[in-house]
Amino acid sequence: MTTRVRTGEVRGGVGESTSRADGIPKTDGTYTYSSDLYMDRMLFGATLRSPHPKARITKLDIGPAVAMTGVHAVLTSDDVPGSNAFGLESADQPILVADLVEYWGQAVAVVAADDPETARRAVGAIEVEYEVLEPLTDPEDADARDSVFHRARCLRGPQDLSGAVVVEGYYEVGMQDQAPLGTESGLAIPDGQGGVDLHIATQWTHVDRDQIVAGLGVDEDTVRVHHAGVGGAFGAREDVSLQIHLCLLALYTGRPVKMEYSRAESFVGHVHRHPAQLWMRHEADPDGILRRIEARIIIDGGAYRSTSDSVVGNAVYHAAGPYRCDSVSVEGVAVRTNNPPCGAMRGFGAVQACFGHEAQMDKLADALGMDRVELRIKNALRRGDPLATSGQVIDTSAPVVEILEKLRSMPLPADDRSDDPRLLPGGTGLTTSRSMVRRGIGYGVGLKNLCFSAGFDDYSEARVVITPFGVEVHTAAVEVGQGLGMSCEQIARTVLGIEDVVVYYDDTSKIGSAGSTSASRQTQMTGGAVLEAARMAREIALERGGGDELNAEGVWKDGVLVTPMEDLVGGENIEYHIRFHHPQTEEPDHNGQGNLHVDFAFAAHRAVVDVDQELGLFRVVQVDTVQDVGFMINPRSVVGQIEGGTMQGIGLATLEEIVVEEGVIKNPTFTDYLLPTFLDAPPMAIEVIEEPSSFGPFGAKGVGEPPTVSSTAAVVAAIRDATGLELNRTPVRPEHVALTTR
Amino acid sequence: MRVQLTVNGEARACDTKGSESLLFALRDYLHLTGSKGACEQGECGSCSVLLDGELVCACLVMAVDAHGSEVVTVEGLGGPELHPVQKALIDAGGVQCGFCTPGFVVAAAALLDENPAPSSDEMREALAGNICRCTGYGAILRGLETLVEGR
Repeated sequence: MTTRVRTGEVRGGVGESTSRADGIPKTDGTYTYSSDLYMDRMLFGATLRSPHPKARITKLDIGPAVAMTGVHAVLTSDDVPGSNAFGLESADQPILVADLVEYWGQAVAVVAADDPETARRAVGAIEVEYEVLEPLTDPEDADARDSVFHRARCLRGPQDLSGAVVVEGYYEVGMQDQAPLGTESGLAIPDGQGGVDLHIATQWTHVDRDQIVAGLGVDEDTVRVHHAGVGGAFGAREDVSLQIHLCLLALYTGRPVKMEYSRAESFVGHVHRHPAQLWMRHEADPDGILRRIEARIIIDGGAYRSTSDSVVGNAVYHAAGPYRCDSVSVEGVAVRTNNPPCGAMRGFGAVQACFGHEAQMDKLADALGMDRVELRIKNALRRGDPLATSGQVIDTSAPVVEILEKLRSMPLPADDRSDDPRLLPGGTGLTTSRSMVRRGIGYGVGLKNLCFSAGFDDYSEARVVITPFGVEVHTAAVEVGQGLGMSCEQIARTVLGIEDVVVYYDDTSKIGSAGSTSASRQTQMTGGAVLEAARMAREIALERGGGDELNAEGVWKDGVLVTPMEDLVGGENIEYHIRFHHPQTEEPDHNGQGNLHVDFAFAAHRAVVDVDQELGLFRVVQVDTVQDVGFMINPRSVVGQIEGGTMQGIGLATLEEIVVEEGVIKNPTFTDYLLPTFLDAPPMAIEVIEEPSSFGPFGAKGVGEPPTVSSTAAVVAAIRDATGLELNRTPVRPEHVALTTR
Repeated sequence: MRVQLTVNGEARACDTKGSESLLFALRDYLHLTGSKGACEQGECGSCSVLLDGELVCACLVMAVDAHGSEVVTVEGLGGPELHPVQKALIDAGGVQCGFCTPGFVVAAAALLDENPAPSSDEMREALAGNICRCTGYGAILRGLETLVEGR
């Protein structure tokens, strides 16, 4: 009893690669995703969607559907008791269309029936007629007509600076889908007293709740949103999809209602990454020092606002990349069209900006006759520098030079000229031979703001409870697979010295908001909340127990156990609840200047790609990453985020694009929307730089988004390097390589 | 139409309309929700099961065509202990959101039954019909490589 056990020695604390608590149920099939939910007597929902991107509803007769056996509800806009409007940043989208359809696949009516097939047939039985209208689908046209959600700009420094060497470019980024493997699904259960419990795969339960109660016209505590198992998110679940529809159907029928989108429906059921057009001009001195950056960026927000204002802001603030420059002019616009609505996806505006600025840096290096990495290092942002766009002084770790130097020194893959078809572009189809293949190497470096920015009151609530049976951590944060639960466990273990920690994902009635699982923010925000709550719980324990150290056995003083755990919390648990805010940020001024962001993380990629230029085939041979992570709470999780995030960027470079023609999605299936498979996945060497951040727990930074920001740019740069082609559009298609003349 | 199957060693039966996939029958009639539906087109492998010992996408098999067959789903792979593939994926960090995981577990177990010591390239080739959106595949490969090396 006299052996002192230091809290730092608890197993499973921060810095260890612990395993996920949900690992076993996720591998043996017993983990319950939202699509696995089941209740006796539950009904199945389905949605009638517009076949036109822009149209006026001239007739809507639900009679034939209502008359069908097994159909329990057919609801239209007339049945929305509250405000028929929802939206993440502003409520501008009807829950069900009353009159004017603004995008292809927009929800017009919802049905609940005894089984999914009856529900689908009932949707088909609804009689609806449209007056088809001309959709607005060209973003530049929308800009010219001032069909705009938001304009953002950054004007910084003297605007008359110039450099002797000038490069200009125009770039395009295609519309990427998050493609989480779990489609939208959920189960709404009426409580018999006018309220409803919604079990849903989402990214932010409280904001779902707020939009649901507005639509239902009920009080906040009437609806409880529960975090059901989430099959991936990546931004797709930040906006409401079927949440309000499910609650409407459940309250109308008085029965539990389940709805699950098909893959094709999922493509219209959530927002996508904004397609972008970028015009950029970089000017530098002959020695390579950047003197002037100009950029104009159009992103297509589609039919409704979602987060378009924030995404275009982010694209503008990230437009100069992680580089120093004292004369900057960036104009950005998010236009409103009749294309599919776009919103959050991993990287959130920074991905599009990075594709442009990194192509420009390569172009500039070539014009200067300089090494491409050397040019980047020469201009790299360092701690204490102002961000070129907003002027915010970077007061967090900013190891851009170290990242690039480390990346450059990592070993390159062997170019063994093998004729093994598995190692050739086109693979085992034997379409090419080694003699036709040229290898290219490309670099990309980027930055990403962490957490919510621009004056948003960003907070997360957490409650830490010490009980006789171990520690409970309560949060409303959503675990989407990234490993937040592990991080919370590890932080609590390290602070409290108690290994037995269980994370409870509470519904919206039991705890306040944890904010969204997005913006790479939960490690710092909910992790930060758990850290502070655990520290306070520890203080209470030490005071109650009369000692100076705490572990699973109890409270110790001078190395002697003075209050065993059963005495410490036998009568009453120790509990601390906190609302953790990050340091306040500012709104931008009229020139886009200010301390807009609370933290930044940096990453760089080096891609090696083999290309058969005649056939337009390419194979990503290897992609290496160096990332600024602050501190690794769970090293294996960090590597997993970097590999997965990098892969999504490789997908955007080589395969992934939602093809939209006149407002209609042409490829809403996994047969036609191509996702990287095992055979598309290159080996990845990963290094991290651990230089503590200014405010994350133990110095940790969010790690989810930075690897997605620069990997696309690096892969396309490598294809350019192999071919000498300009390739100003991503994803790169075979015809861009084979049919473009230099 | 009544469909009778042996699922994970147990005799099971369900009444179908005739048009359902085996995946639908497993999930909605037999309440074995371990097999996941994600694409409905045999592209993603989330619904991988063994049908009379053959690896198939349950979304591409009609339930009535499976009448009289023996089906093994992810729920039937392990016993009181985890299947070695399940443990390997957990230990390597090959599970994030986990939605693809049951399909990977079934497909990898089928591969190792056929070829106890596949090379890394053989693993990649064999698992190319299973899509993972979270991991970038690296941790899944490391898990299986470690498992094979340890045998």
